[in-house]
Amino acid sequence: MNTQLELPELARRIRVHAVQMANRAGSCHVGSSLSMAEILAVLYGKVMRVDPANPEAVDRDRFVLSKGHACGALYSVLAECGFFPLDWLESFFQNGGRLPGHATAKGIPGIEVSTGSLGHGLPIATGMALAAKRDSHPHRVFCVLSDGECDEGSNWEAALFAPHHQLDNLIAIVDYNKIQSLGHVNDVMPLEPFVDKWQSFGWHTVGIDGHSIKELTSTLQTLPLEHGKPTCVIAHTVKGKGVDFMEDQLLWHYRTPRGDEYTQALAQLGEVV
Amino acid sequence: MRTTFIETLTDLAASDPRVTLVTGDLGFGVVQDFAERFPKQFVNAGVAEQNMTGLATGMALSGRIVFTYSIANFPTLRPLEQIRNDACYHNANVVVVAVGGGLSYGAFGMTHHATEDIAILRSLPQITVVAPGDPTETTAATKKLAEGIGPVYLRLGRAGEPVVHTGPIDWQLGKALETRSGTDATIISTGAMLATAVAAADQLSEVGLDVRVLSMHTIKPLDTQAILAAAEQTGVVVTLEEHSILGGLGGAVAETLCEAGLPGVAFQRIGLPSEYITEVGNQDYLRSRNGLDIDSVARTVAATVDTKQQFRALQAV
Repeated sequence: MNTQLELPELARRIRVHAVQMANRAGSCHVGSSLSMAEILAVLYGKVMRVDPANPEAVDRDRFVLSKGHACGALYSVLAECGFFPLDWLESFFQNGGRLPGHATAKGIPGIEVSTGSLGHGLPIATGMALAAKRDSHPHRVFCVLSDGECDEGSNWEAALFAPHHQLDNLIAIVDYNKIQSLGHVNDVMPLEPFVDKWQSFGWHTVGIDGHSIKELTSTLQTLPLEHGKPTCVIAHTVKGKGVDFMEDQLLWHYRTPRGDEYTQALAQLGEVV
Repeated sequence: MRTTFIETLTDLAASDPRVTLVTGDLGFGVVQDFAERFPKQFVNAGVAEQNMTGLATGMALSGRIVFTYSIANFPTLRPLEQIRNDACYHNANVVVVAVGGGLSYGAFGMTHHATEDIAILRSLPQITVVAPGDPTETTAATKKLAEGIGPVYLRLGRAGEPVVHTGPIDWQLGKALETRSGTDATIISTGAMLATAVAAADQLSEVGLDVRVLSMHTIKPLDTQAILAAAEQTGVVVTLEEHSILGGLGGAVAETLCEAGLPGVAFQRIGLPSEYITEVGNQDYLRSRNGLDIDSVARTVAATVDTKQQFRALQAV
């Protein structure tokens, strides 16, 4: 538990920050941040053993955001949890600012790994989990992937590796929002049967509602789900969740919320401009 | 070099539990002893170099000093972005080891010729690039890299490279080793071309040319001091590498010499043409077909000295 906020409120704030950051920065990928707000809220607010006052504690759980383009949400949850001041969020994407448009670990407390090119996070997380096992450290490694990046073969290399080494301290969570860069996943490169794929690779895999704090919490609170196996959570989500005109719209992988759209988005998220 | 490397690493692993070897399912008959003695420090990542490199980074970020191991281009070009974004950007203690630098796997064909790796790898920020000249250098280099000095590319030959340094050496990272003294010309060699460089220099001594040989085992950071000293003192610099003529040792030395603007220095690169080798043959055969054998190297050095002398004669007129 790293924040006094109730989890729905933490998720809401992640969304508000993500929209505000995109607006200030004129940046994109807001839909990708909105789809994983509850995932991050539950991980940072409830599940992970991390301490903002001691972000490099040896026994901390590790978090790797493989979908580095959704860093707006990650920066937001870290700031809300006190890893760094909230006003750092204002420097997102800005000339001379601290926070670039893909997750960086350089000088940002709480971020373990810099990502941006897809398909990098899970192998790194797997290495961290393997090292922890070999060194008898109890911490877990959580990795959030996008659905689109599951096109990358490197993920499946790691997916083969982790079960063989019985890395039950490794948890992959796929933010399955069904939209990738140029279209719906089902049109571009279908992943189904997605749970079966991970399962057949040797992961204990569950499909859940990735916006249900209750389901996320009950799934992630009693890890590993199966002794000796890595866990994969296929979190069914909606791209742009929380702002009706952004939901399930490819456009909001790219578009910057401005003007009325910005005002409406914040209003729908319970924020008065 | 391969055996020397593994034996050295095995010794190091015994005294430092951080030293870890991750192979991409290669090293038959070579890595077995390490694997059996240090199971917690050994991983076979399978034929999956992208995961191997990301995995190594994750382990390095968890406190280990990780050597990834495969042959030719498999541990370098295949997971190049993992080396760039994961190992190098995080300044992780990941040593990428390629066995079979250059044409070591000659008759195995083009896929197994590592001939652009130095140029590509040395352009990455943070990385150190090392290509030892012989087994003695390999031991010294491995010891240094196992201290954990950040991301490294270690380019090795394969097996059976001759020992050039028969006595003790003072091997220092980033410092060229003067393997043979000389005042008429300098051959700057990297990797396993060292033996050829020394033999060519010996041959040239028979026709009265006193040729210095530098083993430039560290290509990045480059020992610019030794290069400039050689240029000033011998006036003729020839680089020798089992690598494309583009961007490797020759390119790096050219960058140094051109920017220094030393007057009257003759410079020549010896390397492979920027072409895929389609001829079939072993390492020696392919070297000789591409001007990397002792006679060819000696001829090229002599011709470069001639060019310089003709130039001087013209200047005198």
